[in-house]
This record gives sequence, structure tokens and C-alpha cells, in this order.
Amino acid sequence: MTSAALRTEADPGIVTRALNLWYADFQALKGIDLDIKRGEITSLIGPSGCGKTTLLRCFNRVNERYGYVRTTGEIKILGKNIYDPDVSLIELRKSVGMVFQRPNPLPISIYENIVFGMRIHHDRRQLSKSQLDAAVELALTEVGLWNELKDRLEQRATGLQLEQQQKLCIARLLPVKPEIILMDEPCSALDVEGTRAIEELMWALRGRYTIVIVTHNMAQARRASDECIFMLMGELVEHRSTAELFLNPANPKTAEYIEGRYG
Amino acid sequence: MFTETPLVRRKARAELVAKCVFGAMALCMVTPLLLIITHLVWEAAPLLSFEFLTTNPTGGMREGGIWSALLGTIYLVTVSLLIAAPVGVLAAVYLNEYARESWFTRVINLAVVNLAGVPSIVHALFGLGAFVLFAGIGRSILAASLTLAVMTLPVIIASTKESLGAVPLAFREACWNVGATRWQTIRRIVLPNSITGILTGVILQVSRTAGETAPIMFTGAVFFKKVPEGDIFAYSIWDQCMALSMHLFTITTQVTDAPKALPYATAVVLLGAVLSVNLTAIVVRSYLRSRKKW
Repeated sequence: MTSAALRTEADPGIVTRALNLWYADFQALKGIDLDIKRGEITSLIGPSGCGKTTLLRCFNRVNERYGYVRTTGEIKILGKNIYDPDVSLIELRKSVGMVFQRPNPLPISIYENIVFGMRIHHDRRQLSKSQLDAAVELALTEVGLWNELKDRLEQRATGLQLEQQQKLCIARLLPVKPEIILMDEPCSALDVEGTRAIEELMWALRGRYTIVIVTHNMAQARRASDECIFMLMGELVEHRSTAELFLNPANPKTAEYIEGRYG
Repeated sequence: MFTETPLVRRKARAELVAKCVFGAMALCMVTPLLLIITHLVWEAAPLLSFEFLTTNPTGGMREGGIWSALLGTIYLVTVSLLIAAPVGVLAAVYLNEYARESWFTRVINLAVVNLAGVPSIVHALFGLGAFVLFAGIGRSILAASLTLAVMTLPVIIASTKESLGAVPLAFREACWNVGATRWQTIRRIVLPNSITGILTGVILQVSRTAGETAPIMFTGAVFFKKVPEGDIFAYSIWDQCMALSMHLFTITTQVTDAPKALPYATAVVLLGAVLSVNLTAIVVRSYLRSRKKW
């Protein structure tokens, strides 16, 4: 709890007010109000279909790419409402990156995966080889893959082990300098070791990036987050520090869920 | 314990019968093709030579080769492909990557499906009306190629859409979430990973086009035409031309006393062209497939 804790007081990372979301006639999010602290790890838990992933996908508006969604309310990211007309989705998604359930490295080389973001946001002429090389080294170092992979950057990323693939997917976000990293059950395809590695990585990235993680695994939420949000049927039931939520849930529904009575 | 009951024996027998019947049906698929090829080549043997390909028909189409027809078919296929491939592929990209489910896309998809089911003779009449008469192109390679293009478009769109759909959504998600636009996603990831399937679909379309007779009959193909032998630029797209399929039709039905081997030899050339094009498609596909892994 060093600089990150200090920053959170001043500027919240993600704020939503009266956020509603419909898929056609189905209301998936109902009046969500939340304040996610900058620089911390916040976990979203709740049974399947409760809207966790939908909420996560709102934060960079990528759910609009999946078909018709209708949203009302406000989402402020670093103080800016992302539904304002002057918001560029491209700039938004640069700042708010996402990691998925199944690692999804692109079917190109490790090197090209990392610089993919830089290439699509810059003209070819603006990027020098040394800039790209530096970005690759920095990103891979940040996720702890540099020593393992530095000699085979030209290999296909799809050939890596799953754990490495997932770390690579996190590393791929870093060169475009995100503020927020969204993780949608990032460990569900990984084994115990892989899960531990990703959780350790989350702690290492904590502070520099605001991390929001959706998880089905309550133990993981407990181990690997500062704050925890419990959702049910599209509503936010409880949002407190993780330790408190698991020790003294305020809402009986939360208590029943973490006891495993349903889910 | 574990002994065979009569029921089990009956089931085993039924299993054997089923396997044999299904196998025989599968064999039925292959046999006609082999028989056709053998029969054709056997009957055509006396005429088959390199010279047959490179000389014009002579003697009221009873002698000589098939040069002008072969060249005409190559022209028709190439020009129709140059028209249909870009339009079809781009339309498919739009439908698969940009368009959202709406009444508009439903109408387009319905049109694509139904257009594929229209008989070729109807396409021929459409081509005659639209391109030859209304647009004033006149009977020419261009008009015939346009007609063929209209006919092949739905199939190219369908096969391209299928190839694009085979690229996992996860790749697109990866791109979108670092801020890639749809076009960047398509150009950098979707197309490179679906180009194999797209190419194969397009190439296979070539072979279908080569065999069509009806659509070109009213729009640009003629019974007989002589062109300079060995000159591959002998036709202009404003010319009418001969075509293999049409030539085969003519010499079997209109030229009564043509030597028996002549239509067979023509058929062998047509079939050989089609099969070699298909083979190219297969080779291209397996080559490109071997390079991609995910």
C-alpha cells in the first residue's frame, strides 16, 4: 500500500452511475453504481449470467462490437464519461485493454503480437526498429517472459504454453500504455501453476495499472484482489474490500453465495 | 457372463450389412468418374495431341483442332473471374465483418442463397436482356463474362463468407481490445488467415464457369470462329468467341458427320482443364494450410 493507495483517494479509476444495459429486450445490467479505485485490483464475482462479463465489456465499450446493445447511464473512466460523443473508441480501447478466458495470441510471431498495438496506432514511418525492439523487451520483462522468450521472438505465439500465451496477451496490451486492464476469467484455462503465475503477475502490475478481474473462482477473488464486487441478476449486490466481503458480508445473498449455497 | 446372445449376434449382422451398403454407395461415387474418364480418353485417343490444342477447327468443324474454342473458354473464365472475384470477396467481407443482423442483411443473404439456385438458362436470358441489349454491350466476351460473373457471384460470396467465418472470433477480440478498427482487424488478421479458403473457393468457381454452356450461348459464344493460331491475345473482350462447352454441344448435335473421336477429344480437353484447375486449388490449399497453425 504505497503510492497506489495514495492515488486512489484523489482519482477513482472507474465510476458508473445508473448504468443500465439491454440486449434487445433482455436487461442485463440494472442501475449499476460503482467506484473502482485506481491502481487496485477489483474482482467481480457472481453466478453465471449475473452480468459480470457484460459489465466488464462496458468499460471499453467493446460489447458494441458483438451486436445490438442499448445502454443508459454513465461510465466515467479516469474522470471522463466514455459515452460522451467526443470519445474515440479507438483511444478508449487503447487505455482500457482486455484479457480473455482462453489466451488469444494472434497467429503471428511473438514479436509481432507485442508490437501489434503500436503498429495499428502509428504510421509505419513513425516506428523505428529500435523503438519496437525496446517496447518488446519492456513489455515482456514486465510480464516476466523476457528471459524465457528473448531468443525465440520470431516463433509463432500460438505455439507457446497456455500460461505463456496468457502472459503474452497481457504483455500485448502494455506497449499502447493502458491505464486499465480488464481480465475476463484469465485463469480458467490454466492449471494451478499457471493460475499462480498470472495472479503473481497481477500483483506485480498492481499500482501502475487498474485491474478489474471477472472470476468464477471465489478463492481466486479472495486471494488476488483488493476489493470485491458481488453481482446477481444484473444488479450490484455488494462492493467492499475483499477481506471484509468474505468475512462479514453485509447482504444475506452475498453470504449465501460465498458459502456456496447457490451459484 | 459376457456370452453372445442372439440379440447381440443380430446387431452385429446388421452392423456388417450397414457398413457394406454404405461402402458400396461411397464406391458408386467414384466409379462413374473413373468410367467417364476412361471412356472419354479411350474414345478420344486417336485425336489427342498437342497439335489438337493449337489448331483451329477446319472442314466445317469436322477436322482440325480446338484452338479458338479453348482460347475462348480461357478468356470467358478469366474475364468473368476478374469481375466476380473482387465483387464477391468484398461483398462477403462486408456481410461477414461489418453488417449486423437487420432486415437489410437478411434480404442480401436471402438474395445470395436464391441467386445460387437460379437455373443457368435463366441467367442466360437475363444476360441477354441486361448486358447485350439494355446496356448495349452487344454479343461479346464481355457480355458473356458478365453473365457468368452474375451466376458465380453467390457461390463466391457463400464460400468466402464460410472461410471468413472460420477465423476464430478470439482473434478479432484480441485486435479490437487494443483499439484496432474493423478494417485493421480484417487486413492484418482476418484476411491473412482466411485467404486459403477464399482462394480455393474462387478457383473451384473457375472450373464451374468453364463448363457452362447456356449462359454464354445467347450472350457471346458463337458456333465457329477462326483466330490466329498460337496468339493468346487473339480475342478482344468486344469480340464474340468460341467456347469449349459450346463447341462440344455444336459438334455433337449440329454437325452430323463429324468423326466420332472429335467430340470425345473436345470433352477430354474440357475435363482436363477443369480437373487441373481443381487440382491447383487443392495444392494451393494444402500448401497454405500447412503453413498456418492455431
